[in-house]
Amino acid sequence: MSEHNLQNQSPSTPSDPLWEGTPKEVAEAAPAETTRRGFLFKLALGLNGLVGAVLAAPIVGFLVGPATKKDEEINSWVKLGTLADFPVGKTRFAQYVNPVVSPSDGETAKIACWVRRVTEDSFQVFAVNCAHLGCPVRWFEQSRLFLCPCHGGAYYEDGSRASGPPIRGLFEYKYRTLNGAVEILAGQLPTFATEACNRTPSRPASSEDNPLRVLQNSDVNDGRDA
Amino acid sequence: MIDLKKLGKDAVEWIELRTGLIRQAEEMADHPTPSSSASWWYVFGSGAMVLLTLQLVTGVLLAMVYSPSASNAWASLQFINHNLPLGWFLRALHGWGSDFMIAIVLIHMVQVFLFGAYKFPRELTWVVGVVLLLLTLAMAFTGQVLRFDTDAYWGIGIGASINSSIPLIGKPLVRLMLGGPIIGGGTLSRFFALHVFVIPGTLLAMVGLHLLMVLRLGINEWPMPGRIVRRSNYQKDYATLTRKTGVPFAPNAAWKDVVFASAMILSVMACAFFFGPFGPSGTPDPTIIQTVPHPDFFFLWIYAVLAFLPPELEIPAILAAPVLIILPLVLLPFYAGQGQKHWSKRPVAILVVTLIAVTLGTFTHLGLHSPWSPVMDAWSAAPIPAKAVENRTPLERRGAMVFQEKQCRNCHAVGGIGGRRGPDLDAIATRMTEDQMVRQVLQGGGNMPAYGKALNPSETLALTRYLRTLRGNNLMPAANPTEGVQPINGTHSSGQ
Repeated sequence: MSEHNLQNQSPSTPSDPLWEGTPKEVAEAAPAETTRRGFLFKLALGLNGLVGAVLAAPIVGFLVGPATKKDEEINSWVKLGTLADFPVGKTRFAQYVNPVVSPSDGETAKIACWVRRVTEDSFQVFAVNCAHLGCPVRWFEQSRLFLCPCHGGAYYEDGSRASGPPIRGLFEYKYRTLNGAVEILAGQLPTFATEACNRTPSRPASSEDNPLRVLQNSDVNDGRDA
Repeated sequence: MIDLKKLGKDAVEWIELRTGLIRQAEEMADHPTPSSSASWWYVFGSGAMVLLTLQLVTGVLLAMVYSPSASNAWASLQFINHNLPLGWFLRALHGWGSDFMIAIVLIHMVQVFLFGAYKFPRELTWVVGVVLLLLTLAMAFTGQVLRFDTDAYWGIGIGASINSSIPLIGKPLVRLMLGGPIIGGGTLSRFFALHVFVIPGTLLAMVGLHLLMVLRLGINEWPMPGRIVRRSNYQKDYATLTRKTGVPFAPNAAWKDVVFASAMILSVMACAFFFGPFGPSGTPDPTIIQTVPHPDFFFLWIYAVLAFLPPELEIPAILAAPVLIILPLVLLPFYAGQGQKHWSKRPVAILVVTLIAVTLGTFTHLGLHSPWSPVMDAWSAAPIPAKAVENRTPLERRGAMVFQEKQCRNCHAVGGIGGRRGPDLDAIATRMTEDQMVRQVLQGGGNMPAYGKALNPSETLALTRYLRTLRGNNLMPAANPTEGVQPINGTHSSGQ
């Protein structure tokens, strides 16, 4: 620190023993118009700003790195089991190791999901995370419902919303069967943001899925005309 | 013979010449305080600072052993609890210290609000105080994550779900929060960095600023009804008051702070000793789904609010809540920076505090009991009381079994046992006719799922026949007023 700066501090602590006897008055600051020193200082500040910006790029890049990855870089096909593991008409608990892991993940790399085999060759694979706030839903075979322990969200066996706070059905993974194995496209925590486009219908409209088909006027007309 | 006293004095002077700190500290301790402010009501700010110090010391000690890695964190907590001498006590001190700190910060805030201390010229002190409250809550939330157990894992999931509902930036925000695509190693280590470096650093800097302003502006005088704060003359009045009644902060006011600090630290130690550390509960294994995640005490009210919000209001509420809660706190001193300080002249202030306290208390109480959560094992763990199956026909008893097997008990209590998500069914037959029950069971509605697919006709019949017997203390069954009523057959009058 230059002597000039040190002396600038002294008036703020006038009775400080360190400054006893030193001149209280400081030379008038340089006039406002540009001096060589002032210009050089501004130039140095500008240079510093530039270096700061260059330095900020990798720092910010490192910080937001996880946020900028594309879905295609994260998601990949993961095998859940063989066809024989999933009997037709049943909903089974399955787990897999996330395709994207870090060395310190430990058991958090294991992810659970619910696999429903609807027919011989059609499946539904539901995220275990409730579509409300992500708590783990449990399947109840007897009442054919998924129930969430947190706020009581309930879903029917096809994942559609039954009751409670969720505004949509369970999140569904894309699946495929390959060489007798069931695979899903997985890699990230299923949340509203990642799965919103994969919206499941809130209640199936087709009559074969719905045990309580609501009679429509058109139905009645059809019957009469036939 | 060396003169120790002189040696000490010389040393102090040596340091003072080079740092100037001792004199500043003396001036701080001596700063004049209105004698009315040397009160037991003014101990909470320093109390919060003492607790912060406790948290720093215990936190640093825990960080020496804790492993901020998702694969080892849980085991390192168990190690601290069970293998390290007094490890459990350190964890308990840190956990209880955190609860005490939030409580004291809240009490401090209420006291400052009711005493009008946020008014001119202490507006910025209040705003920094609001930031300190938010930072304290941020410490509590990140700390709950570092206790990396089942609750922490699903707690992060709840946080991620809330963030994910923000339009457009939801997805990058979730990944930024998690440090990756899933809750994993990257998540824990960044919460560790926040809890141990970023937030405490900011917190300490803000506490420094807060204190600096308290010293510069003086401790708020005891409010008097009718004494009006005006920008034009407040400082003159305060200076006069301090000159007339001023006492040095230490010892006249400080002794109460010191006594309170001791009592508080002793209370934290007592809680830590008698109640022990918080968790960890089960391992943070996402495939163990037999869990009922619960947030820590001071976040229970949010958990409860999220259960009661109508689905269509939830996302707007999540987006608006931070603004609606924080903005009024920040704007308060600018809106009400002058005028009456005394609570007896500010009925709205008292009403607001009462309303907020009752609201938060009610939601916290509900959060503790979470009646909206189904009791996931009631169907297998809670038998139907014998009294509720006595003297029933075989069909009705079969219905009781259906009632049990189909998990109805998870949401409906009988004899006081079972879930409370739906209504108790002890007297259901006094409220609904059998036809209404059939409709409700099969079609659902009013927050009940439809069981049309899960029940066959004979099960439905047995179930509703059983439900028909649940008439409380043998009350009158509900009836359709037109049922069984024979129409009166009018005959053609043959009269004239």
